[in-house]
Amino acid sequence: MLRFIIRRLLWLVPTVVFVTFLVYVAIRIGWNPVATYKRANPRASEAKVQQYIEVNGLYEGFWGYIRGYFSWLWSFVQGPDQWPRSIKGRAEVWPPLRYSMFNTLRLAGISTIIGISIGLLTGIIASLRPGGIVDGVINTSAFVVGSIQPFVSAVVLQLIFAVQLGWLPPAGVYPPGQDGFDLWLMTQHLILPVTVVAIQIIAGYARYMRASILDVRSSDYLRTARAKGISEFRVLTRHSVRNALVPVVTLLGLDLGTILGGLIITEAIFEYPGMGVFFLRAAGNGDFPQLMPYMVIIIVSVLMFNLIADLTYAVLDPRIRLD
Amino acid sequence: MTDIAVSDSDDIELPPADAVQGLTVQSVSPTRMAWRRYWRHWGAAISTVIMGFLLVVVILAPITARYGVDEQVCDISVCKNQFLPPSSIAWFGTDSIGHDMYSRLIYGMRVSIFIGIASAFLSVLIGTAVGAIAGLRGGRFDDIVMRVTDIFLAFPFLVAVIVVRQFLGGLDFLEPIIGEVSSIKFMIFLFAIFGWMGVARLVRGQVLALKEREFIEAARAVGATNKRVVIAHLLPNSIGPILVALTLSVIGAITAESTLSFFGLGPQPGQGSTSLGQLIELARSGARQGNWWLVVFPCGALVLLAVCINFIGDGLRDALDPKLDKGH
Amino acid sequence: MTDSVLKLRDVKVSFNTENGVVQAVRGVDLDVAAGEMVGVVGESGSGKSVTFLGVMGLLPGSATVTGSATVGGVEMVGGGKKVLRGIRGKKMAMIFQDPLSALNPVHKIGDQIIEIIRAHNDVSNSEASTRAVELLDIVGIPQPKERSRQYPHEFSGGMRQRVMIAMAIANDPDVLIADEPTTALDVTVQAQILEVIQRIQRDMRTAVVMITHDLGVIARVADRVQVMYAGRVVERASVMNLFDEPSHPYTVGLLSSLPRHGQTRLEPIIGSPPNMLQPPSGCAFRARCTFATDACAVDVLPELVPHGESMSACIRVNEIDLAVKV
Repeated sequence: MLRFIIRRLLWLVPTVVFVTFLVYVAIRIGWNPVATYKRANPRASEAKVQQYIEVNGLYEGFWGYIRGYFSWLWSFVQGPDQWPRSIKGRAEVWPPLRYSMFNTLRLAGISTIIGISIGLLTGIIASLRPGGIVDGVINTSAFVVGSIQPFVSAVVLQLIFAVQLGWLPPAGVYPPGQDGFDLWLMTQHLILPVTVVAIQIIAGYARYMRASILDVRSSDYLRTARAKGISEFRVLTRHSVRNALVPVVTLLGLDLGTILGGLIITEAIFEYPGMGVFFLRAAGNGDFPQLMPYMVIIIVSVLMFNLIADLTYAVLDPRIRLD
Repeated sequence: MTDIAVSDSDDIELPPADAVQGLTVQSVSPTRMAWRRYWRHWGAAISTVIMGFLLVVVILAPITARYGVDEQVCDISVCKNQFLPPSSIAWFGTDSIGHDMYSRLIYGMRVSIFIGIASAFLSVLIGTAVGAIAGLRGGRFDDIVMRVTDIFLAFPFLVAVIVVRQFLGGLDFLEPIIGEVSSIKFMIFLFAIFGWMGVARLVRGQVLALKEREFIEAARAVGATNKRVVIAHLLPNSIGPILVALTLSVIGAITAESTLSFFGLGPQPGQGSTSLGQLIELARSGARQGNWWLVVFPCGALVLLAVCINFIGDGLRDALDPKLDKGH
Repeated sequence: MTDSVLKLRDVKVSFNTENGVVQAVRGVDLDVAAGEMVGVVGESGSGKSVTFLGVMGLLPGSATVTGSATVGGVEMVGGGKKVLRGIRGKKMAMIFQDPLSALNPVHKIGDQIIEIIRAHNDVSNSEASTRAVELLDIVGIPQPKERSRQYPHEFSGGMRQRVMIAMAIANDPDVLIADEPTTALDVTVQAQILEVIQRIQRDMRTAVVMITHDLGVIARVADRVQVMYAGRVVERASVMNLFDEPSHPYTVGLLSSLPRHGQTRLEPIIGSPPNMLQPPSGCAFRARCTFATDACAVDVLPELVPHGESMSACIRVNEIDLAVKV
């Protein structure tokens, strides 16, 4: 088990280096910061341009890219205060990134917990009487809701609850001018974004859980459990649900990408200052000193999530050997 | 069966073997059975009708639309034409420059459905080829394909698609092949780059499973070559999952187009054209200003497409995978 | 047989399916006394397992069970969930065919035994745990304490079946239903498992119903036998009589299909069992029976009639020669 974790963690380093390199090249080619600089400052002298290239490591050619990448990497590993400053505005990258990271973690954490618990519960309820009315309603609505893109639900919820009814604030974490922490205001601002992310998760997990329980429904061990004379509730919790959770957990690792994508969209629509907004702004500017640490965080969380999903899988199913 | 006719009465009628075992065997071809199963799935059946109707409407756009794409419902000098709520002159209301949303929606869906179908076919073509080769040859090629798709599929799609879009746009030498960053052709290629991976994994899995089956071994035993085995046996047997993947790729590409457009990164079909994504982009400001018709109709159209196509995919899966048919 | 702990009277089980009602069990009687082992023999689909799953309420919702089944005087058919829960695992326990799929793969062996103990006894977890280890020891599992902390996949097939038995006898039930307990096991292991069951039958004076399609198992362990065909009992006899003077053509067929010493050719029963959606009138076996006459098709289910010391559901049993062809 420990060896498995260590090996997976060791894999993290080359994967991060490899993927960030690809991203670096993609950004350099895609956004071409030098050309952007020249366009923005048409009267910049040759020396000014050269200085710009030196400062940001924007060397040309194949080896230039590699040199540029490693100079970024070298300053990156020295810690946040040594990270290259953003191309636009020469600002420090870490403080705004950290700020948006915590905002995103809050939004993602709350929505995921709400989404998964309600989703699993709904799936279990649907599976109690397969083919019944409750099952039909839950299954069909989960199917339809699952087909709705997060930006559609975000825009519609914003229109109804913030603009038309005026019950909830349309955007941000706090109203303009608000200083300091205020739980009530923050909760109000979180309700709509959390709902958008959570319903997406609820729809998915209700369907997964229902299907998984129906899969184990005809297992022999459920018959054995009933033959023991234990209550139906105990058969459900300790046997059907417990065993049905095993395959559902593996999906959790795979779904992180989708959840993160949904977060970006939600944050953009509700102007929620999270990592999604950070990414969209950085991408719009082609600001690789900002984009690269963002990518590192995304890659590490994707890989860590997969690792956690694998470990949970092994814990839930003793038959799985990790090596 | 004559051996047991030694009893002193020969008049006991033996029912045919099938009936005896309680198996009512009718000879129905698998295609017919799949067809029946498909129409028994009510979601898929209704969705097929709706999709068929929508397709006719968008194909006949010049006839079904009330105004031209860029036509204003009336000249600004005659009447106010901006942000009109739904009325008899503009069923779905008008936008900021007085365009009829109903007509633009039809033209927009025409473009978006075309993007969806084209990139779905491209994805399936590439994915089937790569998946079949990876599954059959195995080895290094298989490892690399699986590793690359692993990374891509785990990565947030939106982040990846924005980076790849910009990257491809920066490669000037590709422009003659895949077109301008904001062209429809470019979008088709972009979505195919992401779309093929899911298909490839699916086909590979299918090929690996089929490889173990007896009839493939039998084909090999009589000396069939790899290529022949793939074309004659593996592909026909994977047609079900591929068809499902094709259907789901269509809606995948349509929503991807809408999502990118929503951030202003989608196709810019230019004057005289629009796309569903472009209309949905308007919904963002529409919601803030309370112009509900700018939100409801384009978003409704996207949701309708998504629900219908997903139902059709679901129905196809049920119909083409007899293993799932548990007889109820 | 007033002292029988398990008493089945005219038990019928039918399933509602898409194609119609399947009459899986069509009136079965059975008596088992304490410390007695009764074998129930039949091919698959004869309704032998379904009878017992049905009376214990372990069949899916599409099944309808009628008739009467009492264990220790308590009626099970039509009894509420509460009554059934009190009987299952307490008065009447069951061992299933495939111990790998019958044990929950994600729970430890010990915990699965503790669960059945605590379902019927107000004891602490540690008390139940001690009892679980004891039970594993009784069924002959070495190092029971360590083994109780392992998962089903860490056990061999025979060991798993021992665990199932330990689980079944946890609450010292009056009746033990063994549903093909040895079918999924190696021949050498089969004998050991049968010995364990026999020991329990003797030592704990448990009434055992041995459901099997294997006449060899019956010959080894059972006292009496009921032969089932198409959801009906066609012969009831002591083991000795069953093998020496079978009283039903179907039994004869079964015996002829067994390998015997000096025999060069096995005699299969030709044909297949009837379609239980529309069971044939009269004797269900007549289509495959070499002795069948028009009388066999009369629309009355043949009742058991005495034949020697046995009971037979063949209306011609006293006219025909039922010697086993060797």
